Amino acid sequence: MNQRLRVYAWEFPVRFTHWINVLCILTLSVTGFYIGAPFIHAYSSKQYIMGWMRFIHFTAAYVFLMSVIIRLYWAFAGNRYASWKIWFPFSSDRWRDLVNAVKFYLLISRKPPYAVGHTALAGLTYLIVFLLFIFEIVSGFALYSQAHSGALWTLLGGWLLGIMHVQTIRLFHHLVMYVLLVFAVLHVYIAWHLDTVEKNGLMGSIFGGYKFVTGKEWE
Amino acid sequence: MGHRENDHIDIVGRLLKRGVSRRDFMKFCTAMAATLALPAGFATKIAEALEKARKPSLVWLEFQDCAGDTESFLRANKPTVAEIVLDVLSVDYHETIMAPAGKQAEKSRDDVVKHQKGKYIAVVEGSIPTKDGGIYCCIGGRSALDIVREVCGNALATIAVGACAWDGGWPAADPNPTGAVGVKDAVRGITLINLPGCPMNVENLTATIVHYLTFGTFPATDSHGRPLFAYGERIHDHCERRAHFDAGQFVRQWGDEGHRKGWCLYEMGCKGPETYKNCPVIRWNEGTNWPVGSGHGCIGCAAPRFWDTMTPFYKRLPKVPGFGIESTADKIGAGLAAVTAAGIAVHGIARAVKGKPKEKETTE
Repeated sequence: MNQRLRVYAWEFPVRFTHWINVLCILTLSVTGFYIGAPFIHAYSSKQYIMGWMRFIHFTAAYVFLMSVIIRLYWAFAGNRYASWKIWFPFSSDRWRDLVNAVKFYLLISRKPPYAVGHTALAGLTYLIVFLLFIFEIVSGFALYSQAHSGALWTLLGGWLLGIMHVQTIRLFHHLVMYVLLVFAVLHVYIAWHLDTVEKNGLMGSIFGGYKFVTGKEWE
Repeated sequence: MGHRENDHIDIVGRLLKRGVSRRDFMKFCTAMAATLALPAGFATKIAEALEKARKPSLVWLEFQDCAGDTESFLRANKPTVAEIVLDVLSVDYHETIMAPAGKQAEKSRDDVVKHQKGKYIAVVEGSIPTKDGGIYCCIGGRSALDIVREVCGNALATIAVGACAWDGGWPAADPNPTGAVGVKDAVRGITLINLPGCPMNVENLTATIVHYLTFGTFPATDSHGRPLFAYGERIHDHCERRAHFDAGQFVRQWGDEGHRKGWCLYEMGCKGPETYKNCPVIRWNEGTNWPVGSGHGCIGCAAPRFWDTMTPFYKRLPKVPGFGIESTADKIGAGLAAVTAAGIAVHGIARAVKGKPKEKETTE
């Protein structure tokens, strides 16, 4: 076994917002799916199922918005592994890493994409994921602003109603939920897959922040 | 017919002759104040204004339409709103209800435009075709586009009634073979009030005109040029079935228990949550009922391009473009989940078969 280095990759705000996002996405998906297609039916008019679902959905939406704001702030204030620069494969090295990562995941290559922080492919994926987060937030507040007229909701999403038809917004708000859920499944599988290959404590790192690297990451 | 712009209306006297009492007239004024969301005291102001009002001439143009708005206009019950409006207004041109025909009919329209320039109200029903020089709708040898530009361009104000006159409506639905547009796109730079809906509600037309007769201005409008008193609130927020929505009681099939009990029509594709109109408040046919009240979901007929955007009427979400007409978002979602699961399974098996990469190889 090679000598391994203990690196503090994921700072507290990164891990914190990650888990808040997990909770929010699960909550928003379940309640959002209910709002779209109510799968529980009340047996008494004293119940308040849709009311509660919408309350939880809207509250979780505000929490999610704050979490995304904190994470975006940390992309500028945090360490190099949290930086916004990691989202863009600008350099030729990063492009090569990206191609290697794709080859590895398709089982064409056996060389795993070593990185202390995100691999180039992961960085680009998170750029797309964050754009999808922002779309969900803006489209969600656009739908919300139908019943809540006010400058805040116009700013957060109401302006989208002037560009897209409300039914188109509703459709894409719904479809992007599926894309994010598919991402979540792939994300966990790939993390586990890389963890078993690289043995760098990747799965644990999102809890504790530390990764155990061998030095190959700097090659 | 003729030029009656200076006629003073003894409105109460005229209505008495028709068997409409002063009390009924005051009830009408109160209803108008309520429709316009004005305080109750305004009922007397409206009554005073209507008693003093001079008859504005009204030219009602019909183009690519079904006369549904005309039906709505004439369909009011006793003490007839239409009678009151017809007595206040001088309807000088209306193809469906006017006595003259042919050249005489054209003449009454031309006379109003010529002699009362900038003083008459134009009402447009139906869309205006623009393709191939507008030949798809011609009246008396002139295209609708030509007529609407002349009549609306010289009017004090234009009221576009119904979905078609607003944004093209049904004739403008994809693929829009006649290049149909609404008044807002056919004539620029005019005072335009839009009363979309399929059809428009006559109470809103009456209230718009009463507002003008009372205050000398037209009611405040939203970004679509629709009066805020009628289109400022969402149907869903004033729906009598809203409590069933919040409770989670939904109609799941036509004629099921929930349908018989009057539960929420959300799952049946009701578009009340995305449509702005005062239907639940003023209802139809003198407040008798309205679509949701009679057990059918809202189809969003007052929403922009409703035929293209609010369909399918019996589903919550629109069809996904480019995935075949029967696809829905949830089918695509389920498909994505299946592909993901299959991908992971195949990858996992391949990974197991190939074996883990050896430490030696990875160090190379």
